[in-house]
Amino acid sequence: MSRIGVFVCHCGLNIAKTVRVSELAEFAATLPDVVIARDYKFMCSTPGQEMIQHDIKEYNLDRVIVTACSPLMHEKTFRKVIENAGLNQYLLTIVNIREQVSWVTSDVEEGTAKSKALLNGAVYRARLLAPLTSRVIDVNPDVMVIGAGIAGIQAALELANTGKKVYLVEKNSTIGGHMAQFDKTFPTLDCSACILTPKMDNVLQHKNITMLTYCEVTEVKGYVGNFDITIKQKARYVDHSKCNACLACTEKCPGKGVSEWDESLVKRKAIYIPFPQAVPQKPIIDKNSCTFFLKGKCRLCEKVCEQKAIDFEQQDTFIDVKVGAIIVAIGFDLMDTKPLVQYGYGKYPGVYNSLEVERLFNSAGPTAGKVTLRDGKEPKSIAILHCIGSRDKNYSEHCSRVCCMYSLKFAHLFKEKTSADVYQLYIDMRAAGKGYEEFYNRLSEENVKFIRGKGARVTESTEEPGRLIVEAEDTITSKFMKIPVDMVVLSPAIVPRAESRDIARLLNLSTDKQGFFMERHPKLAPLSTMSEGIFIAGVCQGPKDIPDTVAQALGAAAEALTIVVNDKMELEATTAMVNPASCCGCQNCVRVCPYGAPAFNYEKRVSEINEALCKGCGLCASVCPSSAIIARHFTNDQILAEMEGLMEF
Amino acid sequence: MSFEPRILGIACNWCTYTGADLAGTTRLHYPQNVRVVRVMCSSRINPSFIFRAFQLGADGVLVGGCHPGDCHYNTGNLYARRRLATTKKILEFAGLEPGRLRVEWISASEGNKFAEVVEAFTTQIKNLGPQTKLKIPQ
Repeated sequence: MSRIGVFVCHCGLNIAKTVRVSELAEFAATLPDVVIARDYKFMCSTPGQEMIQHDIKEYNLDRVIVTACSPLMHEKTFRKVIENAGLNQYLLTIVNIREQVSWVTSDVEEGTAKSKALLNGAVYRARLLAPLTSRVIDVNPDVMVIGAGIAGIQAALELANTGKKVYLVEKNSTIGGHMAQFDKTFPTLDCSACILTPKMDNVLQHKNITMLTYCEVTEVKGYVGNFDITIKQKARYVDHSKCNACLACTEKCPGKGVSEWDESLVKRKAIYIPFPQAVPQKPIIDKNSCTFFLKGKCRLCEKVCEQKAIDFEQQDTFIDVKVGAIIVAIGFDLMDTKPLVQYGYGKYPGVYNSLEVERLFNSAGPTAGKVTLRDGKEPKSIAILHCIGSRDKNYSEHCSRVCCMYSLKFAHLFKEKTSADVYQLYIDMRAAGKGYEEFYNRLSEENVKFIRGKGARVTESTEEPGRLIVEAEDTITSKFMKIPVDMVVLSPAIVPRAESRDIARLLNLSTDKQGFFMERHPKLAPLSTMSEGIFIAGVCQGPKDIPDTVAQALGAAAEALTIVVNDKMELEATTAMVNPASCCGCQNCVRVCPYGAPAFNYEKRVSEINEALCKGCGLCASVCPSSAIIARHFTNDQILAEMEGLMEF
Repeated sequence: MSFEPRILGIACNWCTYTGADLAGTTRLHYPQNVRVVRVMCSSRINPSFIFRAFQLGADGVLVGGCHPGDCHYNTGNLYARRRLATTKKILEFAGLEPGRLRVEWISASEGNKFAEVVEAFTTQIKNLGPQTKLKIPQ
């Protein structure tokens, strides 16, 4: 016999408009073991919480059912509420009548009937709940940050400054990310390198940061507070512990590879640093363009290296680290615009994508900051096409958020560096951000031609070879236009990194429709993920500008700190256990568990579960032929009772 | 009065239950016939739960998990997939109409898929009519 209190929340009108809440509370009062049932406007507010705590004492309740929003929203809140009133937190049951009832129907009859069934199920289940004790575990104080763009750098520095040790893992041979490729940043037009390179140097110098460049995370085991991570150090063929960064090798190297850093606009050497301000300033050898690796002879770099740092025999190595929390900040890719054949990218040399143009503007770029076409001539007319692949249901439905602003920045820089006519072809001008509308207004006065209409097609002029014709409809005048230009700049959709799928699987992250990492809650937990102890920051969560990225990085650092600042933390008590009296010793559980939590005790001839390794999925419980395994909080009895309750109404 | 089926849903916490929540936050309306039990992983589902549901009078059972390969617990849904495929066969062997048990992989970002599946499955069960084969008379 238990004493259950049921608390029905109106959630303002969110629930109350489609569920007759007072009728639900009256219904609850008639259910077995329910001693008090109430409804209230906002159960999560202070008066609501106090009401629950008061009733626990007043009616000597030993179970509490809160009929409100999703458990994913407020289960933790209400667990704390009942715990503070002296009840074990696992004696709480949440009935989700908002996300899964009132928000998915407009029919009050249906909504109320379904709520009753769900509540009945909850009462049946609640009667069988047992108090559980949370596990307390040690927390490793270190943090790993994956991705060393501006988000990763900022998060790493922030954590390192608090005294925490940070492993900063970067797949490229330099840190810096996309921001290091830019020349100017909107809307202030301040120099990207001037604000980023000092931070890159801070990372290099910081005693608390272990910078792992040219590395990839290959395995993640463990759980919040205790992650065991394997990192692959890809072979650089240069021993960085010996290299003194004289870069004599890069001068002598006859090999030619395509510069990834310069977006394939120019060639680079086979032994190289990506750009002069790279961190670390030490080169790597690209096997695919190195003459020795391709033809078996050369070794010029080895000859000029006084430090004897060149090592053609070098292999990939693996590094094991342990951390308490992980921040993922792997950034973005630009959508490949080649499949959008109507824009002629990859076909006409005069068509560029936005990152290529960023490199053209950059004084450390392939043209030393001069705007010239691939044939070396200065363009006399330029069209910038917004929303290529974004805001487009055929490709990426989302708005990539930064393109309007960087396209305006391009227009300004084109005006500054050339005497070209500049056209902006846009669907809508989105200038939501501090100083952005002002920047747009400023550009309107810079003699840039704004055409409200999406660029539809780029073709080559039949009269003037090499000239491009941009076709579009000006939606303000409803006129079809053909604009002859020398250069076309595409602003493609920002899409998740090609490897984000692998990272998601490695870390158990969910991805949204577009493939960006999903946050635990879009508003209240935008940096947390479904995997506890793993946080996300920057564009890998969704397109955003540099200020927002930096803000997220700082937030993620603070989130990670809330975990690693403590020596110990509590983990969910919802693990599995074996009842040795009924274990038949088949070892099914040992075979299926992905975490190796169950082990067979050969002396006692029964399986035993190591609670520290158990994540509480319940798989073992359902493969146990003798029902000897109990999945705490999700026992067979509890689930079956809930089902019975649900099916009664 | 038209037949309103009672359908039991069993959803994993990380994907389908979250996807169902997303259907709610995006205010997608769908029929109210499915009542969802939340489990941590679809691998928690013992075939006996499904038999029991039909004994209790469920007209249909809808199981939702993460997409194969995306399981929060790495491999749980792969076990669930195999086990539920077998369960389906046993149910049919026991005389239940095929189509009363549906297994769907619905991710946390697929609120619209959840709504669509519920809609389609409810219609399907309505067409099949009340389930009497395994129901234990009260």
